[in-house]
Amino acid sequence: MQEKLLEVKNLRTYFHTFKGVVKAVDGISFSLGKGEILGIVGESGSGKSVTCFSILKLIEEPGKVQADEIWFQGKDITAASEKEMTKIRGKDISMVFQDPMTSLNPLYTIGKQIEEMLILHEPQMDKDQRKKRCIELLNAVGIPNAEQQLKAYPHQFSGGMRQRVVIAIALAANPKLIIADEPTTALDVTIQAQILKLMKKLVQERQASLILITHDLAVVSEMVDRVIVMYCGKIVEQGPVDKIINEPSHPYTIGLLDSIPRLRKEQDRLDFIPGMVPNMYDLPSGCLFAPRCKGCKDVCRNREPEMKTVGSNHSAACHFPRIDY
Amino acid sequence: MKPLVQVEDLVQEFKVNQGFLDSFKWKDKKLVREKKAVHAVNKVSFDIYPGEAFSLVGESGCGKSTTAKTIIRLLNPVSGRIYYGGEDISRLKSEKMLPYRKKMQMIFQDPYASLDPQKTIKSIIMEPMLFHKVVANKKEAEEKCMELLKKVGLRPEQATRYPHQFSGGQRQRIGIARALAVEPEFIIADEPVSALDVSIQAQILNLMMDLKDEYGFSYLFIAHDLSVVRHISDRLGVMYLGTIVEMGTKRDVFEHVAHPYTKLLFSAVPTVGEEPIVPPMKMEGEIPNPVNLPQGCVFHDRCPYCKEICKTVRPDFKELEPGHQVACHLFA
Repeated sequence: MQEKLLEVKNLRTYFHTFKGVVKAVDGISFSLGKGEILGIVGESGSGKSVTCFSILKLIEEPGKVQADEIWFQGKDITAASEKEMTKIRGKDISMVFQDPMTSLNPLYTIGKQIEEMLILHEPQMDKDQRKKRCIELLNAVGIPNAEQQLKAYPHQFSGGMRQRVVIAIALAANPKLIIADEPTTALDVTIQAQILKLMKKLVQERQASLILITHDLAVVSEMVDRVIVMYCGKIVEQGPVDKIINEPSHPYTIGLLDSIPRLRKEQDRLDFIPGMVPNMYDLPSGCLFAPRCKGCKDVCRNREPEMKTVGSNHSAACHFPRIDY
Repeated sequence: MKPLVQVEDLVQEFKVNQGFLDSFKWKDKKLVREKKAVHAVNKVSFDIYPGEAFSLVGESGCGKSTTAKTIIRLLNPVSGRIYYGGEDISRLKSEKMLPYRKKMQMIFQDPYASLDPQKTIKSIIMEPMLFHKVVANKKEAEEKCMELLKKVGLRPEQATRYPHQFSGGQRQRIGIARALAVEPEFIIADEPVSALDVSIQAQILNLMMDLKDEYGFSYLFIAHDLSVVRHISDRLGVMYLGTIVEMGTKRDVFEHVAHPYTKLLFSAVPTVGEEPIVPPMKMEGEIPNPVNLPQGCVFHDRCPYCKEICKTVRPDFKELEPGHQVACHLFA
């Protein structure tokens, strides 16, 4: 068994608003091994980003994070104070965000922004060491003439180059875990392919773990080891990537995969999931996917399904899952 | 069959703001004044036939949206001609353009930005009908509006609601209903599904295909997602840096990929459990700055097959099979 880096048990993040309580994340449990790449997939509003923000305790009022246990590197950080969390954020767990233009500060040079991470998390380094390290990092993420580029500002870079800088910042303190929230959604396909390849290489080289949050199943199928599929704040299916892609069990996963137009297949019409994601203030009783599900039966409308094992390391929350063949 | 829309050598440029002194440069020991411009579209030509879905594919900044906006005359072309049903519309004054605007409609990318938040759905859909006098009076317009809403999969009682009460997919349906309101012959859809979730994207694509079969209009699709393009179009053109590098029927381009840039694009697309169409290629570099276009072939500095001639001479279109054209020296 692989050594575990992160283990989350029964994580619940509720937003208490005037209109009612939004259960953005509702009772999620998962674990992540050392050196593993985990993909969290779901449509907008399914709670995939909130899950990761909750682990880092970056949820603000009116949101509230509760969890039975969150283990990180053998330490329970469920009740960690803000001060302890500051030491973990950036140093042990770092993030790469979707939009590289808004996650970089337009007023500081690239060099300053990478150096800031080193000043905060590697206080033993002196100025020359820091500069050397910055250049190393920029080289590692494939930015040419790194030394001159240290003095450049974010607006002088293209989207892909900016995302490389963000990755360099995320790597600066040698984190154990990188959380990438839709890192390539804002980029073109040819640039996306470059960035994904780079991230995979760097994570493997440094033996770090990666959580990749995305809505794109195709990206997941090429990048990750294991997948979690989320729907309305709950995990509906999890398992190894080839099982999820080739032998999905939950009707939502099956529907998602079928609604992607294929490059090689001539199709007249696309299969689709009828209806839309339910209102988070007014969730249906029983299985959350029941109103959109083609195989919905009476029991689905009344009783919430539990996670069932459908194969090795593969489980789905459905009353009638497709069992592994 | 005669084409419905013909585009000939279309050129579109945007001036770059620069200081007076910045515009002077030393050239051959002389001080010359040079105005900078972004060369968004460079001599693009294509035809769209009645009832056909034509797609322009490319990465951001390749000029595909600018081409669309110029065809519908939201931008005035710098040079080149646009014919609609045989008539030259590239220089028409705005009042002369009006009847053509009724025939051409646009569906926009972002359903959150393209609907007026202060108007109800009903008035959004009725406004173009009343303006273009497709209907005799308000009552008739209302009836037609309800009919359209049903057609795009919304309930008529939702007509009095405002855009913020709808989800992204529903808003895109409203955008489609608005485009259909004036009974157009030609619809330009600028990335109509790229802002939507996958499960909703499939619903909207199906709807657009059904409507095309029912009304028989022509489409110009602007898209960056190749799998979506494969699904919706009959013919397509691949654009790079303001020029079309490859053009042909869907079968030509998807099954006999010719241009190195098209190959690069295909090899970069992530797939779900499918064999990739093109084996992985070495990918380096980014799209050059459209202010200083490279000499020769626009793609030469990223091209793995670049030869001497590519650096100096711009390749012409070469026909591989009837209708399948490619601009590359490899096929000369």
